[in-house]
Amino acid sequence: MAAADDLAFHEFQEATNLLAETPDAATTSQSDKLTSREHVAVVVGEGVGYGAEEEEEEGDKTSLLQEEKPQPRFWTFDYYQSFFDVDTSQVLDRIKGSLLPHPGHNFVRHRLRNRPDLYGPFWICATLAFVLAVTGNLTLVLAQRRDPSIHYSPQFHKVTVAGITIYCYAWLVPLALWGFLRWRQGTRERMGLYTFLETVCVYGYSLFVFIPTVVLWLIPVQWLQWLFGALALALSAAGLVFTLWPVVREDTRLVAAALLSAVVLLHALLALGCKLYFFQPLPLQDHVVPAPQATPLSPKDLLSTPARPLTT
Amino acid sequence: MAEAEESPGEQETSPSKPLFAGLSDISISQDIPIEGEITIPVSARAHERNSSTLNESVRHTIMRDLKAVGKKFMHVLYPRKSNALLRDWDLWGPLILCVTLALMLQKNSMDGEKDGGPQFAEVFVVVWFGAVTITLNSKLLGGNISFFQSLCVLGYCILPLTVAMLICRLLLLAGQGPVNFMIRLFVVLVMFSWSVIASTAFLADSQPPNRKALAVYPVFLFYFVISWMILTFTP
Repeated sequence: MAAADDLAFHEFQEATNLLAETPDAATTSQSDKLTSREHVAVVVGEGVGYGAEEEEEEGDKTSLLQEEKPQPRFWTFDYYQSFFDVDTSQVLDRIKGSLLPHPGHNFVRHRLRNRPDLYGPFWICATLAFVLAVTGNLTLVLAQRRDPSIHYSPQFHKVTVAGITIYCYAWLVPLALWGFLRWRQGTRERMGLYTFLETVCVYGYSLFVFIPTVVLWLIPVQWLQWLFGALALALSAAGLVFTLWPVVREDTRLVAAALLSAVVLLHALLALGCKLYFFQPLPLQDHVVPAPQATPLSPKDLLSTPARPLTT
Repeated sequence: MAEAEESPGEQETSPSKPLFAGLSDISISQDIPIEGEITIPVSARAHERNSSTLNESVRHTIMRDLKAVGKKFMHVLYPRKSNALLRDWDLWGPLILCVTLALMLQKNSMDGEKDGGPQFAEVFVVVWFGAVTITLNSKLLGGNISFFQSLCVLGYCILPLTVAMLICRLLLLAGQGPVNFMIRLFVVLVMFSWSVIASTAFLADSQPPNRKALAVYPVFLFYFVISWMILTFTP
């Protein structure tokens, strides 16, 4: 989609700052509708809260062709259709942005450009849940091939557990984070706040890096698994921290540090929990460990058995 | 027949008169009876269908539906760009396939272990909720396919995987082993790609061109999960 990239509106730093100050502005690029010139319409509206009604007023309108539509209500199909208004190239672009975080690269401002989507978070969570269950099962298959005494079973219930865990994490933690940031915003007026959907988007796309990591966890070398896990956690948490830093740095240092460390801690807990539950250390060691213990026990047995007739 | 006196010619010659002034002169004479015939044109085929489906034998009714289902099976097995699957959609085929698959995936859980294969209800839920989610996804992305047409296509394209399940069960009767596993893996892979290609042939045209991959990926994931359930089945 090179032509679309040429015609797409490339933001400059001033525009990014402008967007940061007015978080509810949405830039829409008309590149796929017009061919000759690029028109940009900046629409200023109220907060796009989840389930909240929205009244749009046309602000600085430079495009004559953008027509004004009444905003759909949240019980109509069209309301949800506006969250799936992404192209393949945009989704791939956002995934690439989540894989390569660097400081100053705010995921929400640079990649989402105030147009969050629900496609990415939903299907990345679904993929991660199924990949976790499948690879967890595959490690059991591979373990059984090496050691036939391990009992293999398809373990279908792990799909349910994986699905519930991932979806709860990817939707409830952004809800809590958004709620907390909104509460803090009540005391300060200057902070540019992310909407709920943008927070969900950030979390959803940040989980993408775990998908190849989980596949790589098939390699049965323990230290390699921990290395991959640590790498994935670092990338993912870095993406989250760099995105949240501009919002949080205007708060007191204590609150900022506490919030960011809580975010990183929750992420680490998720990664650790997945690793331990789905990729349990194989029971291979159980067959080896009792053997050395048996020999020290036998002298004790010899000592204890003559002792018992004496006591009775 | 009513008699009407109209004088359209007078309107052009005397423009000072208001339009349709002559209509006030319409009168129906009382002594001419109004009679005639009103016939609603009914096509001969519809007339025949209305009476025949009520009077036909049960066997004939069942055979007609079974033939429709069988014709769609053929369309899935040899996917061509045709609209037959989309035009006359029905959900009998997907139901038969889903029940067959779920029954075959049943394990003899005599020991009642917790982490066994998928239960009947789990297979049902995965297939139907998966199909509904994919349909909603493709509609939200802006596809112009109707809800039940999409369900119909996704359900019918499970046919190659059901055939793979049959073959796997037959192969497992011969005992398990690495060679057996490789053959089963090959069969399931072939059938999985057949399912994905067949459903993409029907569904991809309904999506806008820059979102085709977004709509096809969930289909891929759906059949991947079903293939994994088939591959990990142990009797």
